[in-house]
Amino acid sequence: MSVHHVNTASDLQETYDLLVVGAGPAGLSAAAVAAECGLSVLLCDENGSPGGQIYRGITEASAATKARLGKDYAAGEAIITRFLATSACYAARASVWSIAPYEPEVGEASGLEVGVSLAGAARLIRVRRAILATGALERPFPIPGWTLPGIMTAGSAQIALKTAGLVPSGRTVIAGTGPLLYLLAAQLIGAGASVNAVVDTTPNGNRRRALAHSFDFARSAYGLKGARLLAQVHRYTRVIRNVMALEAAGDGRLSEVVVTYRGGTERLPADLLLLHQGIVPNLNLSLASGCASGWNDRQATFTPTIDEWCQTSVPDIAIAGDAGGIIGAEGSALHGALAGMAAAWRLGRLSEAERDKRAAPVRARLRMALRGRLFLDELFRPGDDFRIPTRPETIVCRCEEVTAGAIRATMPLGVRGPNQMKAYLRCGMGPCQGRLCGLTVTEIIAQERGVAPGEVGYYNVRTPIKPVALKELAALPQSDSAIKAVAGFVEKPVSASHPRTQE
Amino acid sequence: MFRRLPDHKGDLVTFTFDGTPLMASKGDTVAAALLAAGVTRFRTTPVSGADRGPYCMMGVCFECLVTIDGRGNRQACLTTIEEGMRVETQHGAATYPTGISA
Repeated sequence: MSVHHVNTASDLQETYDLLVVGAGPAGLSAAAVAAECGLSVLLCDENGSPGGQIYRGITEASAATKARLGKDYAAGEAIITRFLATSACYAARASVWSIAPYEPEVGEASGLEVGVSLAGAARLIRVRRAILATGALERPFPIPGWTLPGIMTAGSAQIALKTAGLVPSGRTVIAGTGPLLYLLAAQLIGAGASVNAVVDTTPNGNRRRALAHSFDFARSAYGLKGARLLAQVHRYTRVIRNVMALEAAGDGRLSEVVVTYRGGTERLPADLLLLHQGIVPNLNLSLASGCASGWNDRQATFTPTIDEWCQTSVPDIAIAGDAGGIIGAEGSALHGALAGMAAAWRLGRLSEAERDKRAAPVRARLRMALRGRLFLDELFRPGDDFRIPTRPETIVCRCEEVTAGAIRATMPLGVRGPNQMKAYLRCGMGPCQGRLCGLTVTEIIAQERGVAPGEVGYYNVRTPIKPVALKELAALPQSDSAIKAVAGFVEKPVSASHPRTQE
Repeated sequence: MFRRLPDHKGDLVTFTFDGTPLMASKGDTVAAALLAAGVTRFRTTPVSGADRGPYCMMGVCFECLVTIDGRGNRQACLTTIEEGMRVETQHGAATYPTGISA
């Protein structure tokens, strides 16, 4: 058996038992487990090949690339091989832009209706359940000048390396906090790229808080890896610590990185600045689908509310992997497997006893994989000044070019949350749909109001969560009642026995 | 800003950017191909006209919007380069031919 590749919207079936969104470790595992249990599964993913961002490009990667990226990257192959051997349907380069309860014109509502775009055409299909494995994105890093060409995320440089064998040339500075910062620095140095400086913005107070979890961390897989990386990076490049402020400068493109640290300010000439301060769940699809979420202070982000079987507040929707709160690649694969088993149980393919029996060893491995996470969360929690910009000229919403100063100046109008702010300033209304400003806007408002971000809330995210061409939407089949609601009448086909009438 | 590692294997693909012929490696995204060719500005913003280039390379930031074969608002980081592709800087908001004459 092997997966069935779906290449056009018309190749999609009318219905599937299960939709999985995202082909990273969580989505691949969820889809594989569910398909092995006998469910008809559709896996939709935006990229051209499976693996998500963490295993991006691995099916096409050369031996040299794999060697360069190490065995954590190569681990993705087993997950992909397992998925490709199932009977699931796989739609690469497909965007899922809507998930809503299916409410037929007659009969009872059941399952979900899903809007998918593929190869320039849109389709509405029905599924009984959905697992959202939309992964994570890099947390916004709003510093003055961060919109200049020449400033990219650390993750983007890794993607360029994984998919195209590209490494930075010219003067390169890597700045921020989080495990990926040093991993990327080590990978780039290993690939022969020059890294002029690593600017570490980890707040000093974090080390003390993280210490409480250091025993678990030392015993975890992360511990040894982390120590090796630090040693390697320190040997080959300059590391600047005790950083208080960061700024990018240049005319039309980046020319220097201005670093203020204890002891002074330095202007580092640079052609490329790679920013990173951790990853946060990619929430747009779960929010637009109505899944409840809450503020997670340890990870300084909103995370969806899910139970031990990945079930959300919406009856037919589950969330697996980093999309449900950051748990890393290994944890995500195991989490996805649990979500797949739960789907098979809910759709009658696994008994409760069988589900629990299969889940037990997976849960044990998940506990091991998550060991050390608390330490990482505490150590790499980005400082307030790097999450909540203090300088008024800092752009917060990149699409609509709304600054921190404008947001703060609008507060006296009585703004309670991001949706009112959006109405005043258009922040969050551009094509990225708030992905690069949502958390920042929430936290600025919370700071100004002196309340917790959870009380301020997040943007109301609505479908379509990805831009869809109007002609794609217009070409969707419409029900008679929908046409009547808009046009006021339904044109009947002309025939002898049914003369054309207007209702 | 970026260079290709010598051990990266891939057939060559030719395309144009603002009319200039460039080479890419088969399988590249349009964004990777442009970065490898030394292009840093992909578009100007509709709000202030400021220059922008790719930021996330994974489809979430929409900073890499370009015009491809006459169609605007294409995400360069999610589109695979193809032989003969005509890629152009997107100036401000994308415009579409409506086919309606005044």
